[in-house]
Amino acid sequence: MEFFLQNVVNALQWGSFYALIALGYSMVYSIMMVFNFAHGDVFMTGAYIGFGTASLLLALSAALGLGLPGWTILSLTIAVSMVLTAFLGVLVERVGYRPLREAPRASAAITGLMIGIILETGNLALLGARRLSFPDLIHSTTYNLGGVFVTNKKILIVAVSLALMYALHQFIRKTRWGMAMRAMSYDFEVVPLMGVSLNVIAPLTFAVGSGLAAAAGILYGLAYPVLDPYMGVLLGWKAFVAAILGGRGSILGAALAGFLLGFIEIFVPMIFPSTLRDLIAYSIILLILTFRPYGFFGQPHSTQLRL
Amino acid sequence: MQLLVERLRVSYGNIRALHGSDFAVDTGEIVCIIGANGAGKSTTLRAISRMVPVEAGSHMTFMDRDLLGFPADKVVSQLGISHVPEGRRLFGNLTVMENLLLATFARKDRHKVSGDIDRVFSIFPRLRERQTQAAGTLSGGEQQMLAVGRAYMSGRRMMLLDEPSMGLAPLLMLSMFEALQEINTAGTTILLVEQNARLALKFAQRAYVMENGHIVLEGESRDLREDPQVKTAYLGG
Repeated sequence: MEFFLQNVVNALQWGSFYALIALGYSMVYSIMMVFNFAHGDVFMTGAYIGFGTASLLLALSAALGLGLPGWTILSLTIAVSMVLTAFLGVLVERVGYRPLREAPRASAAITGLMIGIILETGNLALLGARRLSFPDLIHSTTYNLGGVFVTNKKILIVAVSLALMYALHQFIRKTRWGMAMRAMSYDFEVVPLMGVSLNVIAPLTFAVGSGLAAAAGILYGLAYPVLDPYMGVLLGWKAFVAAILGGRGSILGAALAGFLLGFIEIFVPMIFPSTLRDLIAYSIILLILTFRPYGFFGQPHSTQLRL
Repeated sequence: MQLLVERLRVSYGNIRALHGSDFAVDTGEIVCIIGANGAGKSTTLRAISRMVPVEAGSHMTFMDRDLLGFPADKVVSQLGISHVPEGRRLFGNLTVMENLLLATFARKDRHKVSGDIDRVFSIFPRLRERQTQAAGTLSGGEQQMLAVGRAYMSGRRMMLLDEPSMGLAPLLMLSMFEALQEINTAGTTILLVEQNARLALKFAQRAYVMENGHIVLEGESRDLREDPQVKTAYLGG
């Protein structure tokens, strides 16, 4: 039982990364009808921006003798990196997707792949091939809850992820920008007739998705403090699978599928050899999609942004 | 003239839909464009609200400002021209209230929004009852009300209406035109396109007749009602 619960905790943490990244895929898809295949690399870039921000804050704090506590630095790092990565998202939309709004969707998808490669290789060119280790901002404390070991980092990662998802939900449900996103996902052609510029809503959607990816990147860096330029590739593809599994355009679906993916990936190795983990995990997902080709909350021919 | 359109040409690919229309609408008027399906009526409205690109040489001004200098969303938010598109195109996943609120997205006079919503609800009381319902669940008549109400919220110097009578039962059609009359009396210029020429010519002061992308006839509605050509072609003899 403890062993099972222990893995539930691990799965929640692992699923948080997928869920946060999958949301970005889903949001962009719902309004632009294209999956932004650069999104995994935006996650990677977000992690690096987080690394840079944290290092800078640590250095500043030391130089000025502020002695800022780790928690403060971490909070600032998350906030600053989300904003900076959001700007990266805006740039991706402006350079990569806006010129292709009328183009075939395949062209836009290929653009995403290319932007991803540019981010990876740009990072290599800038920082070299050596891996960076994410600063240890908060000291790990382990709590023993009746035989289940939970670290403060794990609690933090899951809590921050859930809080961000809740914030996103409220944003889409309550604000006029969120309303415009939902409208755009329903019928983007007439959105300008409401006095709403697509050139505001599209970049905003990229910004929000990229901000969430950055948060995922930093949380990932807390749990697995090794950064490399290709860290976003596999994780990004898997989060993309979660977005599909959740149902294209479904926010709730993307979040749930992200966690489900986390659970499958953690629990499969409990039964099968861990080298077969992805083979079996993704066979299960293929099987689910065979029976639910539109994912959990997807509908045929529907791209609406749903909560 | 509030709206002045000269040599308006629009093509879809190789097919020219408008062959250089000239027309004008004065402040406070109700003007209609009648014509058969495919005559270019909807395209005309879509060109004014900048939903379709126009060809070089086309000229449009609204209150002496070059309309072509404004993208679609600014035509609404800065010039105050709203457009009830063909097929209503409501956001079925948003509630009635959200549809109305979305139309105020870019408005600067936010303190006036709630008063305007009340005004929409007083013109269309049914919408008040339905305000928390998803727009996709409304009946056809209610959807048309919402489409007009939404346009009213977005901009009201001029309202472009694409077939407001479409799909409505005769009684509803009549009350819809009464509502439009009310909106017009309150100060909104109306330019509508209609296949139902009989109704349109009763409602509008002036009309243009469009055929195959050309304006072939224009005049006061009461004169056009008596025109033998119009009678045979559009009013059923």
